[in-house]
This record gives sequence, C-alpha cells and structure tokens, in this order.
Amino acid sequence: MTPARLIIRAIRRPGSIIHPFQRPVLLRLGGQRFNTTESHERPATTATATTSQKKQVRLTAESYPNIKRDSRFAKLTSEDVAHFSSICPVLSAESDDIEAFNTDWMRKYRGQTRLVLKPKSTADVSEILKYSNSRSLAVVPQGGNTGLVGGSVPIYDEIVISMNSMNNIRSFDPVSGILVCDAGVVLETADNYLADQGHIFPLDLGAKGSCHVGGNVATNAGGLRLLRYGSLHGTVLGVEAVLPDGTILDDLSTLRKNNTGYDLKQLFIGSEGTIGVITAVSIICPQRPSAQNVALFGVNTFEKVQETFIRAKRELGEILSAFELMDDTSQRCVAQVTGKKRPLDGEETKFYVLIETSGSNKEHDDEKLEKFLMALMEDETIADGVLAQDETQARNLWSWREGIPEVCGHWGGVYKYDVSIPLKELYSLVEDVKARFIEYGLLGEGEAVVDVVGYGHMGDSNLHLNVPVRSYDKRVEEVLEPFVYEWIQKRRGSISAEHGLGVAKREYVQYSRGETELSVMRSLKNHFDPKGIMNPYKYIKT
Amino acid sequence: MTSLRILVPIKRVIDYAVKPRVNATKTAVTTSGVKMSMNPFDELSIEESVRLRERHKGAVADILAFSAGPAKAADTLRTAMAMGADRALLVELDEKRAGESDLEPLAVAKLLKEVVNGEGCNMVICGKQSIDDDSGQTGQMLAGLLGWGQATQAAKVEVQGDEVLVTKEVDGGEEVVRVKLPAVVTTDLRLNEPRYATLPNIMKAKKKPMEKKTLADFNVEFKKRLETVEVIEPPPRQGGGKVDSVDGLISRLKELGAI
Ligand SMILES: Cc1cc2nc3c(=O)[nH]c(=O)nc-3n(C[C@H](O)[C@H](O)[C@H](O)COP(=O)(O)OP(=O)(O)OC[C@H]3O[C@@H](n4cnc5c(N)ncnc54)[C@H](O)[C@@H]3O)c2cc1C
Ligand SMILES: Cc1cc2nc3c(=O)[nH]c(=O)nc-3n(C[C@H](O)[C@H](O)[C@H](O)COP(=O)(O)OP(=O)(O)OC[C@H]3O[C@@H](n4cnc5c(N)ncnc54)[C@H](O)[C@@H]3O)c2cc1C
Repeated sequence: MTPARLIIRAIRRPGSIIHPFQRPVLLRLGGQRFNTTESHERPATTATATTSQKKQVRLTAESYPNIKRDSRFAKLTSEDVAHFSSICPVLSAESDDIEAFNTDWMRKYRGQTRLVLKPKSTADVSEILKYSNSRSLAVVPQGGNTGLVGGSVPIYDEIVISMNSMNNIRSFDPVSGILVCDAGVVLETADNYLADQGHIFPLDLGAKGSCHVGGNVATNAGGLRLLRYGSLHGTVLGVEAVLPDGTILDDLSTLRKNNTGYDLKQLFIGSEGTIGVITAVSIICPQRPSAQNVALFGVNTFEKVQETFIRAKRELGEILSAFELMDDTSQRCVAQVTGKKRPLDGEETKFYVLIETSGSNKEHDDEKLEKFLMALMEDETIADGVLAQDETQARNLWSWREGIPEVCGHWGGVYKYDVSIPLKELYSLVEDVKARFIEYGLLGEGEAVVDVVGYGHMGDSNLHLNVPVRSYDKRVEEVLEPFVYEWIQKRRGSISAEHGLGVAKREYVQYSRGETELSVMRSLKNHFDPKGIMNPYKYIKT
Repeated sequence: MTSLRILVPIKRVIDYAVKPRVNATKTAVTTSGVKMSMNPFDELSIEESVRLRERHKGAVADILAFSAGPAKAADTLRTAMAMGADRALLVELDEKRAGESDLEPLAVAKLLKEVVNGEGCNMVICGKQSIDDDSGQTGQMLAGLLGWGQATQAAKVEVQGDEVLVTKEVDGGEEVVRVKLPAVVTTDLRLNEPRYATLPNIMKAKKKPMEKKTLADFNVEFKKRLETVEVIEPPPRQGGGKVDSVDGLISRLKELGAI
C-alpha cells in the first residue's frame, strides 16, 4: 500500500481519522446509543436512556425494584464452584475481574454474578446445565454481550455461561454455501472466513466485531441485510442446543429441505437464552456480491417515499439490498453534531432515503440504478440526490444513516423505541409523538425535549423512534408511555422489531401479543425449562 | 482577470478504500475485478477548478478533464463532468500493447503538453501524485516541458489578475508562493472537500462532449525508461504483546533496547 493511499484513508474516512484500517464497527449501529452511562436519577423505563458522564452502572435490581430474586434458586456454594471448575475454565468474582460479564454494552444494566463459566465444547455445556438444573442454579447464556435489551447479563446472582471459547468453524461447503460453526464464533470472523470463499454471511449489523453467531440466532437479529437475504428464520438450517437438563438436541441439519416433523430449531431462533443454550448453528450463505452502489436522495412527502420504495422493488428487483429512511430532523442532528457538510446542499426535504444495490455485474447494476434514479428525478418523485462515485463516498453516505443513533445522545440523553408498524403509517408515529410534546409544552429551546427523530429500515417496516432530550424527565416519560405502546397496539405493530425483549420489554409484550399467544409461550417455556433456571426474570413473565 | 482555460488530468486507480494485492508474479498490483475510482488528488483538482469558476464569475472559460487510460476511464471522466468539468478528452490506451499499459510520468507530461498546446489551456491543475504509483512527478515535468511556472502541493489557491497565489503546508507552517499565469498547480489533500455527483449533474454530464483519441494521434515518443524490478507487499504488522505490570513494561522496553 502506498503512503498516499494510507493518508487518504485516514483523512477521508467517515467519522474519525484514528484507525485507518479498521472498519468503523461502532459507527454501524442498528438503532442504539452506546458507550454511555445511565444516570442514577432516571427511573426505569423501556426506552434506552443515556448520559455522557461515565459513572458506575446502576444495578438492574435497583432500577427494577419489582423484580425480586426468585427464592427457588439455590445460592452458589464453594462446592458448586469446585464442581464447575472440574468441567471447564471459570472466572470468579473472588479472584478475577468479571465486571464486563455483569454489565451490558449500553452500560444500562448491571447484574451481580459471582461466577463466569467458559465451556469449550457442547459436552461441557451439557455437564454445566445438568448440574445447574439438579442444583436449581440459575444461568444466563452470554454471547458477545452486545444485546440492547438487557438480556445478556444477569440481574441477581445467575451464573454467566460465556460462549467465548466455543469459537470453531466446523465446516463450509462451497457448493451449497452452507456454513456450520460453533455458537461463539464472532460474526465478523465468520464473515471474513466466508469472504475468502466468495460468500457472505446473510446478516450484517453494527456490532459485528463483537456479537456471536449464536447470539444473533438467540436474538433473531435483523440488521442491514434483511431486506435482501431474509430473516434468520429462513437462512438458519440447523441448530445444536443443550436443553436445561443437559440433554443435547442435535438439530444441526445442513439440509435446505427437511420436512420430517416439527421444525424445532425455529423455537431457538429468537428465544433469547430462555429454553436452552445454542452451541452450534448451520446457516446457508449467499454468494458475496462483487458490485455495490449507494445513493442518497431527498423526498418531499411520505407518499412519495412509499412510491419510491415500490418502484425500487420493481425496477431494481434482485439487486436492491437496502432501503433506509431518515427524516429531516435526523439529518440536521447529524450535521449539527458531526459538523460535516451535508451531501445534498439544495433545499431541505422532509425525508431522505438511502438505497444500496448489491449485484454481480457492475455495469449492469450501474445502468439499472441510474435509469431508476433518473426516472425518479424526471417525474419529480424525488427532489434531489447524489450517487457515490467511489467506496469512500459510499461509506460517507452510509454514515448519514448509521451515525444517527449516536448523535441523538448528544444533548444529554435519548429515549429510543425500535418498532414495527405497517408501512403506510410508519412515519405517523413520529408526527403524533411530536404533536404531543408540543401540546404538553415540552419541546423546544430550553425545554426538556430537543426534537423527535424518526429513521429506520424502511424496507422492513422497522422504525426507530428517538427522542433526544436535554435531561431525563418524568414528564417526558409520561407523554411517551404508554402512549407509544398503545399507538403500536392499535395498528397491530410490534413493540420490539429486532432487538428482542430481555428485561427492557418484558412488561410490554401484551401490547403486541394476545393472552392466548402468551399462554402458549409460557407452556413452551415450562416444557423446556420446568425449573425456570434459563435466563430468568426476562423475555415474558412466567 | 485573465480568462482561464483549465486542464485537469485524471487517473483511474484502484479505489482508495480497497486494499491492493500484489499479483502472483510480483510484477504489479492486481486490478482485474477490483473496484476502480478517480485518483483522490484528481477529485481535488476538479473540485478546485469548479470552485474557481464559482468564485470568479465568468473568469473560467473552460474546464477540460483529460485521462489517458483504458476504455473504462470514460466512466471516471463522466464523474469529473458530473462534478463540473465542461468536456472531456480520453486517450484510450491499448492495455495489451507493450508500453501502453502503464505510462510513465514523463510520457504523461509529454502528452499533456500536446493537449495544452492543442487546446490553448493556460492553467493545469493536477494532483500532486496518484495513489497507485506515487511518482509525484507529472506536474513538475509538465511545467518544465512547457516552460511554465509551477506551484506544487496547494492547500489554498487564489487567482489574482494574471497571477495565482498558492498556499502550501510545510513543516512548521505555511508557505505562500505567487506564480504568473500560465502555470501548473498541483493539489494537496487539504485543499478542499470534493462534492458528490448529484443526480441532475450526472444527467447533464451524459450530454457533455467527450472526445476520444489514441496515442497515435500524438507526436510523442513513449519509450519506457523505468524497469519494475519487483513489487512486494509491505511486511505484515507485528501483533502486540501484553505485559503484567509497569515493571514488566519497563524491562520489556529495556530488552528491546528502546530505553
Ligand atoms: C452497535 C450495535 C448495533 C446493533 N444493530 C442491530 C441491528 O441492526 N439489528 C438487530 O437486530 N440487532 C442489532 N443489535 C443488537 C443485536 O441483537 C445484538 O448485537 C446481537 O444479535 C446479539 O449477539 P450477542 O452475541 O452479542 O448476544 P448477547 O448480547 O450476548 O446475548 C443476547 C441474548 O441472547 C442470548 N444468547 C446469546 N448467546 C446465546 C447462546 N449461544 N445460546 C442461547 N442464548 C444465547 C443471551 O442470553 C441474551 O438473552 C445491535 C447491537 C449493537 C451493540
Ligand atoms: C401434482 C402434484 C405436484 C406436487 N408438487 C409438489 C412440489 O413440487 N413440492 C412439494 O413440496 N409438494 C408437492 N406436492 C405435494 C404438496 O404437499 C401438496 O400438493 C400441497 O402442498 C398440499 O396441499 P393440499 O391443500 O392439497 O393439502 P392436503 O393434501 O389436503 O393435506 C396435506 C396435509 O396437510 C393437512 N392440512 C391440509 N390443510 C390443512 C389446514 N388448513 N390446516 C391444517 N392441516 C391441513 C392435512 O391434514 C394433511 O396432513 C405435489 C402434489 C401433487 C399432487
């Protein structure tokens, strides 16, 4: 690499100039705030809230006083520790610093475990669970600990089962594209391995440098490529899991089709560690696209955004790989906080859309995309737009989408909701919430609320509603909740589109799920985990 | 102010976000199947020409983007026109013919001299180097061949009457040079922030004229003077090690002879 190339990379990269080689992992967020600390004054709500000063993270048990330690669970004894030590390496609070396993990535939740287990094999996990179950010791499976709803850390003294040491790629078949790997393989490691073979992991998200493939499956993560490659419910072909009593469930099929009975692996996708520990995953991976394009454009009304989306699907078809929506407020926030020059310098529009195409033939894709964009310009469906001419411009354009979650925390804190809403009304929630803040006199210069921001994976009907605030305020929370949840419920949306339930959303499931559904879920949970030792106090109330 | 006819030379290179790989025979860097884009210094040159036009209404009569390269370099020239160049000239090189695949700086400078004379340009704004070969010679050679003044590594360009004031960043501060037109100016990284190609401008660029020529159209001798002995990857970075304590760090540094 030539020196000039290095310098240019350092200077031109979106965001920082510090690490010229590393992909800006932390810039690729799916809708959250990070590296920040919860303020002590703030009462617990489901919205992610952050302040800039770095303090000790508050104990989850204190933020959620209604969650009491379940007395059915045994307390850890030195005999237990000795037994676990005979199975696999352990870290204990007495001799090691285990704070990182107790605290979540947002620094919003903190548990009180005294013991972390690091199994190296499925057999180790089986031994661990068999013993824990017999002793009624509660456990929390932990992957890369990047989950955003507090599911990956204990609340009380649950033992952490860290999957970090189970990180082997077991097999890859270049003909079918099927990858089999341990649950603890880091997503980026898996993707790099696949890249060398001309394939791509069908999931991409901001936390890729830390999150585990097993954790992705356990949370049914959505991310940036869902529009193109579909959800993990379609791409995951098999799961190997250990049930709470230590039984190994080997459903690690590498078959695309297998209609021989109930599809058990599906239950583990999105189960958030509540019915067993996922130890390995088999997943079908597509060919890696060799050509990519990114365009960003301004659109004046939400009707026109929808029209653009329909036409993108029709005219770009198989090469469309992202369709991201950002409102004017979100872009003003990014510009204000980062000080960067906006890509479109004409008159501001209400909405901005980022489109990405991925295909196998550059000329073909360029032609298709240009034709599509020119047609939209000509009939004035879109007001203005830019097309990245090189990779760095493409990344810079992405930073106007991916930088939103972080900048929203700039003023002191932010309330965040990750919701699914039928497409037609996707943006109305933002308008309605804003109108309420105005009505209650909470929005504006010197008021608690800075503004109301909407953006998200439009292609998946997934909206991120963010309310940047100057300080946390009970009045703001009262305007937001339960209003937001009731609003979603009325439209049969989801109160948690891609981040799951964990501790954060377990109180609110009923806004998206009926009593019958919940009771079937409870009996499933009870069937798999009669003693309730798997990731207790989370997901749904049992 | 002198009416400016600006020539901006442009090179199509491996995209600067892509990590180049050396070919199996260690004679060059692999370009097939690799994303190619405009040399970033050339983006700066185009941007600066367009800004000169915007700053001095009516003073810039012509911005000509020039490239000697493969047929695909036409795309790069279209980008230049979408950014604001008025027209383009492509000298299409036949990659298969020996000597045409990789023109040396002197050959490029000679070509540019012919273009300058043929098109009546009085200012050349070019990158101080291209990020594939890092030769950093073309601008200077061109000025020499033309007998023009030159101002290299521009961090700021101001045109005043028939003179150009160029600020360059040097060790410990800034140096301002004044050069009389006609002149060659080479651009440095902090000169400006190149604009995106907007959709309306991409559309307009499609209609702007692009002339195509070959080396045979020029009365220039393209003899190779340089021989590439070998191309190798930089040595991989050594991984870091951990030490247990401050004392451990000190003794390790001593071991390495660093203190
Ligand atoms: C910057 C950033 C961007 C993100 N972007 C997106 C996004 O775009 N889309 C999206 O959907 N999500 C996103 N997320 C959240 C996402 O859900 C997680 O990053 C990831 O999927 C969780 O993987 P993990 O290995 O970190 O799991 P953890 O956080 O460790 O665990 C998450 C949950 O899964 C359980 N679990 C983990 N591993 C196992 C296992 N082997 N067996 C059983 N249960 C297990 C845990 O108990 C916990 O309940 C983002 C997070 C961050 C920090
Ligand atoms: C010419 C032909 C070609 C075929 N090609 C294919 C093929 O390419 N790929 C493939 O996968 N299959 C194929 N099949 C088989 C395929 O499974 C069936 O055609 C179809 O999916 C079954 O639909 P059906 O409504 O006829 O169900 P039925 O035959 O009526 O029922 C099939 C099963 O589903 C149950 N069932 C039906 N309806 C319901 C309901 N509403 N709720 C609960 N249970 C229900 C029944 O109890 C039964 O167990 C083919 C069959 C034929 C005759």
